[in-house]
Amino acid sequence: MSEKKKDELLHDHNNDGVNRRGFLKCMAWAGTGALCVMQGGVLKSYSLSRLSELNTAEAKGELSFVQISDSHMGFNKPANPDVAGTLKAAVDKINGLTAAPEFMLHTGDISHLSKPEEFDTVDQILKSAKPKDVFYVPGEHDVLNDDGKQFLERYGKGSKGAGWYSFDKKGVHFIGLVNVMNLKAGGLGTLGHEQLEWMEDDVKHLKHSTPIVVFAHIPLWSVYPEWGWGTDDSAQALAYLKKFGSVTVLNGHIHQTMQKVEGNVTFHTAASTAFPQPQPGKADSPGPMKVPAEQLRSVLGITDVNYVQGQHALAVVDSSLA
Amino acid sequence: MRRSVSIAGLAAALVLGTLGFGTGQKSYVASAQEKTSTMEVKIDNFSFGPVELTVPVGTTVTWTNRDDIPHTVVSTDKVFKSKVLDTDEKFSYTFSKAGTYPYFCSIHPKMTGKVIVQ
Repeated sequence: MSEKKKDELLHDHNNDGVNRRGFLKCMAWAGTGALCVMQGGVLKSYSLSRLSELNTAEAKGELSFVQISDSHMGFNKPANPDVAGTLKAAVDKINGLTAAPEFMLHTGDISHLSKPEEFDTVDQILKSAKPKDVFYVPGEHDVLNDDGKQFLERYGKGSKGAGWYSFDKKGVHFIGLVNVMNLKAGGLGTLGHEQLEWMEDDVKHLKHSTPIVVFAHIPLWSVYPEWGWGTDDSAQALAYLKKFGSVTVLNGHIHQTMQKVEGNVTFHTAASTAFPQPQPGKADSPGPMKVPAEQLRSVLGITDVNYVQGQHALAVVDSSLA
Repeated sequence: MRRSVSIAGLAAALVLGTLGFGTGQKSYVASAQEKTSTMEVKIDNFSFGPVELTVPVGTTVTWTNRDDIPHTVVSTDKVFKSKVLDTDEKFSYTFSKAGTYPYFCSIHPKMTGKVIVQ
């Protein structure tokens, strides 16, 4: 077996189960950067070091966008006393990408304490990014004290309910969901009945071949319920997406990259631009993780996503800020 | 509930607290004779401590957030609700009626606690 073959993973999406060996390998790469390309229902993964072996179409695609998450502007504890600096580093990384992204998704926790000046600072820093359009969904830190009123005023133009919406770009259907409102004691993230009904209606008339990208703050899969890392009614949302051949779910909240493939759905969480959190169950709590200062940027990052039209391909690449 | 009538005053709270641990449950009981009318709940590592607190009517309970992450203290039955508490910030509520008051952190709803007012 050649070296290249060994580093290529194939998942047969006609099977219900996930290729565990392949999944674990993809997980291992996620921490250091991985490219996962979905083509015709088959996922291929490459480590970032092999990117040069991909042809231009595969690497660039026809639609390129970038996901950033968990800026936590206003956080000033030892885990990262300069979250503005690391957000600026993320913008520099975005501006340095070979395939210029058309827009950005911010998957929430823009601010740390929902203070106006925190949102202002993020807005100011993101102005220097080459992509001018930013699509937001709120994190729980963005809707403190006012049930999300300020978030909606700033970022919710044209959205429904607590800030959910959808849009289309080059044949890809994007759905921004809100799962941080009205959280119930003892529970996880919640989408709620009204939003689920809207979503069912939103995707009803789409062709099965339409690639779908769903983005929300809290993971829509059960990462670690003990720490609240999941969404109580996400199964209902995913049921509406069963008919589609390619579904990519992008989340933040857990401040680390993680990937899972289940049937037609690829789940992916992005790194934070502010501070890392421990791996599930590897600490007493999911609180900010202090790493040596010189290592901080290696555990923060951005996620670059590329779509190749006609190939049902969505490539998800994590890059650290180091 | 195990009780020792020979113990009174401040020591009661301490010893009964220890007994509470002995039963395997993190709970404290403040005796009715106790002079002090304030009790503390600390928020550490995404949990309320003690997770269950029993106090006499009229007691003021003060929660202190000692995490690097903000939390809230919100009554499940909408009796009380704190603003968001950043590190070292406090919230107090005086319980004037007997009853059981379950509460949680509305930002991290896995964090739950209970105040029992007797």
